[in-house]
Amino acid sequence: MNSSSTLINALFIFVLAGFIGFEVIRRVSPLLHTPLMSLTNALDAIAVVGAIVLVGEHKSTLATVFGFIAVVAATSNIVGGFLITDRMLKMFKSSRPDAQPAAKSAAKLVAK
Amino acid sequence: MTAELGVIPVIIELLYLIASVLFILSLKWMSSPTTARHGIWAGEIGMVLAIGGTLLNRGMSYHLIAIALVLGTIIGVPLGRVAMTAVPQRTALSHAFGALCVTLVGSAEFYLRSPDISRFMMAVLSLEVILGGLTVTGSLMAAGKLQEILPQRPLTYKGQNLVNFLLLAGAVAIAVSLVLHPGARSLFPFMILIALTFGVLLIIPIGGADMPTVISLLNGYAGLSAAAMGFVLNSKLLIIAGALDGSSGLILSIIMSKAMNRSFTNVLFGAFGQVQASAAAGEEARPVRSATPEEAAAILSAANRVIVVPGYGMAVAQAQHKVRELYDALTKRGVDVRFAIHPVAGRMPGHMNVLLAEADIPYDRLIEMDEINGDFPQTDVALVIGANDVTNPAARTDASSPIYGMPILDVDKAHTVMVIKRSMNPGFAGIDNPLYYLDNTLMLFGDAKAFVGSIVRELSGAHG
Repeated sequence: MNSSSTLINALFIFVLAGFIGFEVIRRVSPLLHTPLMSLTNALDAIAVVGAIVLVGEHKSTLATVFGFIAVVAATSNIVGGFLITDRMLKMFKSSRPDAQPAAKSAAKLVAK
Repeated sequence: MTAELGVIPVIIELLYLIASVLFILSLKWMSSPTTARHGIWAGEIGMVLAIGGTLLNRGMSYHLIAIALVLGTIIGVPLGRVAMTAVPQRTALSHAFGALCVTLVGSAEFYLRSPDISRFMMAVLSLEVILGGLTVTGSLMAAGKLQEILPQRPLTYKGQNLVNFLLLAGAVAIAVSLVLHPGARSLFPFMILIALTFGVLLIIPIGGADMPTVISLLNGYAGLSAAAMGFVLNSKLLIIAGALDGSSGLILSIIMSKAMNRSFTNVLFGAFGQVQASAAAGEEARPVRSATPEEAAAILSAANRVIVVPGYGMAVAQAQHKVRELYDALTKRGVDVRFAIHPVAGRMPGHMNVLLAEADIPYDRLIEMDEINGDFPQTDVALVIGANDVTNPAARTDASSPIYGMPILDVDKAHTVMVIKRSMNPGFAGIDNPLYYLDNTLMLFGDAKAFVGSIVRELSGAHG
């Protein structure tokens, strides 16, 4: 495989993935736009794989130092991104199973 | 890459393929709150497979990688535990981190490969580090403004667009000469430097009200730079993840710019924050009607249908938990309470939904603008809490208004409108709001949290 056909393959993947992304994300409920952004942020931090290779192969000091900082930055996005997305999604409750806590806090109000 | 791969590289590629599928499923499951948490699992499994696969590469030394992963986790955990009100700045900060990773890897790859870089590869690499670099500083600026470390007011100066354009042209010129002479290593740092400067200047003129668009746009840039990195490293997984993130950011930017009646090109070229500079003086004081918490409580308890319109002011006053108590008290009396969510209410897409969900308000009570706008004429009370421009009827009627044409929530069509507001000062954009002078509008002057609290006390006192 020469470099230009590798390149064309990469372009195909990019364009097709862009289409999938567009179709999938168009259907995301506006209710969840904030968690969507923190989730895509965590997924985007997959760039960590490139940084890991840089650190692991240790080809030059500069590459290792840059790679090291890059792994730290991306990992914090992965961990923080998934954590906060999960916290946000846990908060979204429907009113049907929610009847009880509503009554409870209303009772609390009356007690005051 | 050659045709005959060993066993391990094949396994690695297969793991990357599974990770790509899981990433797509992860986003697909975000379509509804009932399936969204599966999406996190899919994303996490995909991430573990991809990182695990990468570690299978031959000839890697692991100790530094391990230290970096641990350090990243130590930084990431507190970033995942910030208060919900701090989510916009946290998001901006994580855009900066993501772009920092991409920029650093791109720079390292340049110095490892130069001068042996094909023209196309050099062009993509330049795109990667320019987009990455401007996203790093742009996102840090946005985070600083959101955290109020930096002034929230937009800073504008003469010739701003010209300066920005010249900088960008300079970066492109360097990129072109690097494409022609990839051995010119000393030019590379200047390209990065210009990109970093450009990011700062791009965000300086942005005010708080434009933040939802800006954050979405920076999200898109971060994704595109990661996709460019995928081209440079010939990593299909990275191209896919970058394309997904990029399209997500671009779609959100389009939704946000439509909700502010800006054209997408207007947004792309960063012509934000040009709304101010109007209104202000000239208006003689017109009469407004105001009401006390007791009166507001009486009107609310007599209503059948109430729509609450939350805005950034609610977030600033941290009033969402009091609003929930109000929701409970009214619901208990049989009043139908719903919430009308404008797409650009708050400081990032979906900001209000997250705050209200945190306060335990069920998500099926949070209604999008297009869906709820037709219901205002049949609504007894529209209660506006800390929202301003998104309720301004001038956007519908006054062609000279700077926000003319922006889709708004038609609160003025409700039988009674109540607006909780600190004072009559115009909102962030400095545009006067005719809503406040309507005959069916009652102004409730005070801090949002304290005022809603007083209403709740009245409501529970009357029947308690």
